[in-house]
Amino acid sequence: MSDLAKKVEHQSIIDMNESFRMDGKGFKLWVGFLLVIILVAMAAYIYQLTSGLRVTGMGNYVSWGMYMTNFVFFIGISHAGTLISAILRVTGAPWRRPITRMAEAITLFALMIGAPMVMIDMGRPDRVWHVFAYGRLNSPILWDILSITTYVSGSLMYLYVALIPDLAIFVDKVKAPWQRKLFQKLSLGYKNTPEQEKILNKALGAMCIVIIPVAISVHTVVSWIFSMTLRPGWHSTIFGPYFVVGAIFSGTAAIITAMIVFRWAYGLKKYLTMVHFKALGKLMIALNALYIYFTVSEYLTIWYGRHEVDHRLMEVITSGIYGKMWFFMWAFCLFLPLALTVWFVMKKTEKYSLTIMMVATILINIGMYIKRYLIIVPTMMTTYIPAEAAGVKISYMPTVIEWSITFGGLAMFMLLYTMFSKIFPIISVFEIIEGIHQEGIEKVGVEA
Amino acid sequence: MSDQCNPQSCGCGSSRASQDGDGDTQRRQFLKFGFASFAAMAGAVGFHSFEAKAQSKKGDAKGETCGGPTPALSTSGKLIDPITGKEIEKEPHYHSHAGNKAVREGIPNRKWVMVIDLAECDGCEKCTSSCSKAHNTPPERQWIRVFKMSGTAEKKPYWFPKPCFQCDDPPCTRVCPVDATFKRQDGIVLIDNERCIGCRFCMAACPYSTRYFNWGPVKNVVEAGYTPEKSTPRKMGTVEKCDFCPDMLREGKLPHCATACTMGAIMFGDANEDAVTDAKGRTYRLSKLLAEKGGYRYLEELGTKPSVYYLPAKNPTYDPPKIDESEIKEVAMNFGFAKENSNV
Ligand code: SF4
Repeated sequence: MSDLAKKVEHQSIIDMNESFRMDGKGFKLWVGFLLVIILVAMAAYIYQLTSGLRVTGMGNYVSWGMYMTNFVFFIGISHAGTLISAILRVTGAPWRRPITRMAEAITLFALMIGAPMVMIDMGRPDRVWHVFAYGRLNSPILWDILSITTYVSGSLMYLYVALIPDLAIFVDKVKAPWQRKLFQKLSLGYKNTPEQEKILNKALGAMCIVIIPVAISVHTVVSWIFSMTLRPGWHSTIFGPYFVVGAIFSGTAAIITAMIVFRWAYGLKKYLTMVHFKALGKLMIALNALYIYFTVSEYLTIWYGRHEVDHRLMEVITSGIYGKMWFFMWAFCLFLPLALTVWFVMKKTEKYSLTIMMVATILINIGMYIKRYLIIVPTMMTTYIPAEAAGVKISYMPTVIEWSITFGGLAMFMLLYTMFSKIFPIISVFEIIEGIHQEGIEKVGVEA
Repeated sequence: MSDQCNPQSCGCGSSRASQDGDGDTQRRQFLKFGFASFAAMAGAVGFHSFEAKAQSKKGDAKGETCGGPTPALSTSGKLIDPITGKEIEKEPHYHSHAGNKAVREGIPNRKWVMVIDLAECDGCEKCTSSCSKAHNTPPERQWIRVFKMSGTAEKKPYWFPKPCFQCDDPPCTRVCPVDATFKRQDGIVLIDNERCIGCRFCMAACPYSTRYFNWGPVKNVVEAGYTPEKSTPRKMGTVEKCDFCPDMLREGKLPHCATACTMGAIMFGDANEDAVTDAKGRTYRLSKLLAEKGGYRYLEELGTKPSVYYLPAKNPTYDPPKIDESEIKEVAMNFGFAKENSNV
């Protein structure tokens, strides 16, 4: 091992050990804060279980609402990991190395929050087992279950296999005895010998190729839940690729947000440098532009065609509260972040640049949430037989219960992510070392 | 219809009697059964129950013949077709508590259809109230709902009663992950609320907004004896909708809404027999009726193949609805917890 690599490894062991410390005041406050939100959400869910879904704002017209939005949103975020680790690995981008672990962890935890959202939305969660007892493949829900479970197990395996070498590195370097024991068990006797490395890399190489189509299938079938129906705005052939791009877009934004937060919280300046942010920024510009393109195509075709229901749908989307959300999304979640990211990428100085990216990426994810909401709710409000003819005006507003559970999901996601970073090295040290040998330290983008 | 009997007339529906097995009861049961078979056969000879009676009436009035030839009884006691001389296959003997398999398969050799004559509908909502009463639906839930369709410059407003369309290519059953909602051979789409997981995918998939969800705890009059054919007792967290009253059909009766429609705007029958009957007892030949009056199916272009036909509101007999914008109920933005089991 070269001196440089040794130095980086030594430094990263010190830094990671620092990040494992759980006695900081900030950390305790943060976890306490998250736990409070989670407890409120659990109380809300128990209340919903006993009183039924009537405690939500949903009704017989808008029969899917915020929970379904959460489902699509979190499954979308989960695409961060696939992009960073798998696609960038296949294309051999060296700057991916320090980010891979963070990205893979996002994937796993986002799935762990997203998938149960459907269960929370169910009227009879006690009958989940019916899906296995009576499941039939005609239903896109079954496709979802198949692809999401494949994706969860795939990404768990991917995260774990890539973690093994680091566990071997850290096994006798961590302070806490329970962590040592855990690492020992989990590292499966891996010792970072050249043969072992070869086998491991072979496994990772195969897995990263397999996981790409699985990830694409996941968000495609999520979109198919909507596009397989005959409802206006949903019955669209563009939905599969549109959702996949949207997922990668919001996932990438989420990983940038996470990087900035970890960099600040754990002092990871040396590992997450401008090299990474600029590279991801460029990617974001492409994804942002692509998403704008898809969104324009979606609404323009709906609006221009002037099919009667489509026309009514556009009226719902562009007026009232939905209109406000819609214009907000266009201005502040699509075009503004695009401008900010372009500016960031062109900028020579570092000053304020990460703040700008933080703002841009958070806006993007707020926008992606609004977008999913606008896909689901206005369509449910647009019935073929106008509800006015039945003497009713349809409206939907999520209740406190729905808001609590949604924020509870978000808090749970953050808690899982935080705890993961407290137990396992959040930066993939072995990948960095490997990169220093193979591509040189500049390409990997870390500082010695 | 002929071979189906109702429990009152044949006694075979009363399971309690057959359980307590003392000799006397058994003998009575046997006698009852014998009587029932006889009654059923007699019914068969007299042609099929409600269509039959109504058909003959209509035939008398207009000198038309409806339906096929009347079957005859052979010397060996079997039903035969008088023209071909072939034996007519007997339909299995049905109870109103049909077994699970029978519930999923439906009533053999039937294809139930409804025809709604929009020109005859006066918007009285008797169909709705009798349906709601029979199915004990919570307030504001209407399995058959009478819409006030606003007209255009060329077209007057009209009343539009809308049950479940019982599509022949139903988007709802296709998406159900657990086969809780299913399409039967007799054309009816039912929901098994003992299997439904409450995902509400079927509600999202139904282009006609026909399905209702039990959002909260439910109040049932009776708690026992559930069958998808009755759709009750309902259960929290499951979906329900208009079911074409298969329990009534098994007894040879019209669905509640059709019986309640004193205008005779709702006609019900069997497409295989090519006949529909209304509450006034008038029976029409389905194909002829649709052809003559320009029958159509609502949003047929969606490809769902509804089993409910409409006759256009041409020269309506009754006053068209007055559409009053201020009557439209704005549903309050709901942050509260007390939302009723409403339809909104
Ligand atoms: S709500 Fe019930 S009937 Fe409808 S699709 Fe889901 S499981 Fe099937």
